[in-house]
Amino acid sequence: MSSLQSKSMEVEQIKIKEPGRFQQFWRSFHRKKPAVISFYFVLLLFVIMIIGPFITPYDAAEPDYNSLLETPSLTHFFGTDEYGRDILSRIIAGAKISLSVSVSAVSLGAIIGTMLGLISGFIGKWVDKLIMRGCDVLFAFPDLILAIGIVAILGPGLKNVVIAVAFFSIPSFARIVRGATLEVKEMLFVEAAESIGAGRMRIMLKHIFPETLPTIIVYFTMNVGTAILAAASLSFLGLGAEPSSPDWGAMLSVSRDYIGTAFHLVFFPGLIIFLTVLAFNLLGDGLREMLDPKMKD
Amino acid sequence: MGDILIEATNIKKHFPLKRGWFEEKRAVRAVDGISFQIKKGETFGLVGESGCGKSTTGRLLNGLIPVDSGEITFKGKDLSKLSRKEWKKYRQKMQMVFQDPFASLSPRMKIKDILKEPLDIHFKQMNSKEKDTLVMNLLEKCGISEFHLNKYPHEFSGGQRQRIGIARALILQPDLIIADEPVSALDVSIQSQILNLMKDLQKEFDLTYLFISHDLSVVEHISDRVGVMYLGDLVEVATKEKIFTDPKHPYTQALLSSIPQMDPTVKREPIILSGEIPSADNPPTGCKFHTRCPFATDECKQKVPDKQNIDDDQMVACHLYKS
Repeated sequence: MSSLQSKSMEVEQIKIKEPGRFQQFWRSFHRKKPAVISFYFVLLLFVIMIIGPFITPYDAAEPDYNSLLETPSLTHFFGTDEYGRDILSRIIAGAKISLSVSVSAVSLGAIIGTMLGLISGFIGKWVDKLIMRGCDVLFAFPDLILAIGIVAILGPGLKNVVIAVAFFSIPSFARIVRGATLEVKEMLFVEAAESIGAGRMRIMLKHIFPETLPTIIVYFTMNVGTAILAAASLSFLGLGAEPSSPDWGAMLSVSRDYIGTAFHLVFFPGLIIFLTVLAFNLLGDGLREMLDPKMKD
Repeated sequence: MGDILIEATNIKKHFPLKRGWFEEKRAVRAVDGISFQIKKGETFGLVGESGCGKSTTGRLLNGLIPVDSGEITFKGKDLSKLSRKEWKKYRQKMQMVFQDPFASLSPRMKIKDILKEPLDIHFKQMNSKEKDTLVMNLLEKCGISEFHLNKYPHEFSGGQRQRIGIARALILQPDLIIADEPVSALDVSIQSQILNLMKDLQKEFDLTYLFISHDLSVVEHISDRVGVMYLGDLVEVATKEKIFTDPKHPYTQALLSSIPQMDPTVKREPIILSGEIPSADNPPTGCKFHTRCPFATDECKQKVPDKQNIDDDQMVACHLYKS
């Protein structure tokens, strides 16, 4: 009997070494090439964001009047701008601004939007109607117009860009979380939780919220791309970062006068914005295919 | 056995149907005025076709859905007028086991957390170690080794999950377990294991069961008394022996004749009911069963039959047995 028990224990021990959920996830994720490449690109951006100041070949803010508007070369890979500042260094320094602005804005929007969506979907009735009509009002404005309006009220500056971008991502998060909540709410385990006496808060946070998390993650990733674009647009319009700071949007804005004579001034900041937004979108797509069981083949 | 643990008196639940503005209002009469008592320590089986209101009855007793009218008396206290919040206290004493073990456990919670959750809700002062020992003891009694504590529901088979579901229902030491088709999603071989487990636990913890099922042989195996439901009405209530050997109501007779016989030499003419089960949003007048009843008379079409006690422990709602 005891040997039988130890045998069964052994079997159990071996079972533990099977790949966990996360490992399985990781393996199948690696089969989706665009998403994987995007993932590493995004990772690289975040690394650059952190170690940026230590790897820039030149000071991003230091003008060099001996090398104005130089085309890309071995000394300046991406060329220099109208003050002789190294564009590669400025793009590296700008990663920090773009990413921190967009990620914090989307986080803020996601937190508020998720709470509203959970409450709306779970409580229903007039609460749901109130929140959803409020979202409809916000949806009625084009994102960027809404953001410009908010920045116009609050005044220009990166902090207010964060608030503006967060504000226009709230309704889309609220709506998408509400949808997921409505679906999960009808599941048997929610009723089971109710039958053991769980309160509304507990059911919302412990049973429904974890089920909506995959949707939120996917949407978060995609929204970061949109937010980068929006933040760059606001900076381009002179409503975000100061024109002299190495923000990607601000760089585009300042150098658009030189588009005919020195195209690399607009090309590289534009390219990096394009690639970053694309990477976040492809990553989000890949994650959605992974996490949404209906899309699995 | 003896004391009445829970008693339902004329409980009704109609689910309104959403229709156009100008059409008359209609409702699905899921439970249409049923009354029964469950005594302490017994197993009351509730059978009927799908859609007859068995599951709704279970949820009404537990307060998961409020009753439209009627009384539910649990240990002498009328629960039907309590608010959702007050009802919560009584939930501790009546727990549910659900039909689908694949859907009734939160997929992103570990078994340990699923089982601890009822304790977290009702015994806030209990410390974590006491909870752990309680959980472990109970899991072992339900046939799951403590080795599995940190696993997620999707790593278990259907039978194991139902054991976990039963453990979750038991951890609050309830008096009444409402089991809503607890074995119908399981393989036949697993069914008997779970049924025997439920019987053992009943002896050990002095439990009372309301056992809802559409499977007559399962009900015969586990019940002491049986209620037969048809279209939101209870047509016959009697001890198991009487229901299975001497059914009175024509519907009960027809149901029983559909059980396959083990002995091929015994000839039994199955009673084939004609027609479909009528829609619950527009039930027939008089006795609801008259459209399919082989003995239906004109009286059945017009008058709703009284619920008569033809014996101490046999109730039947049929005009054939008028005293």
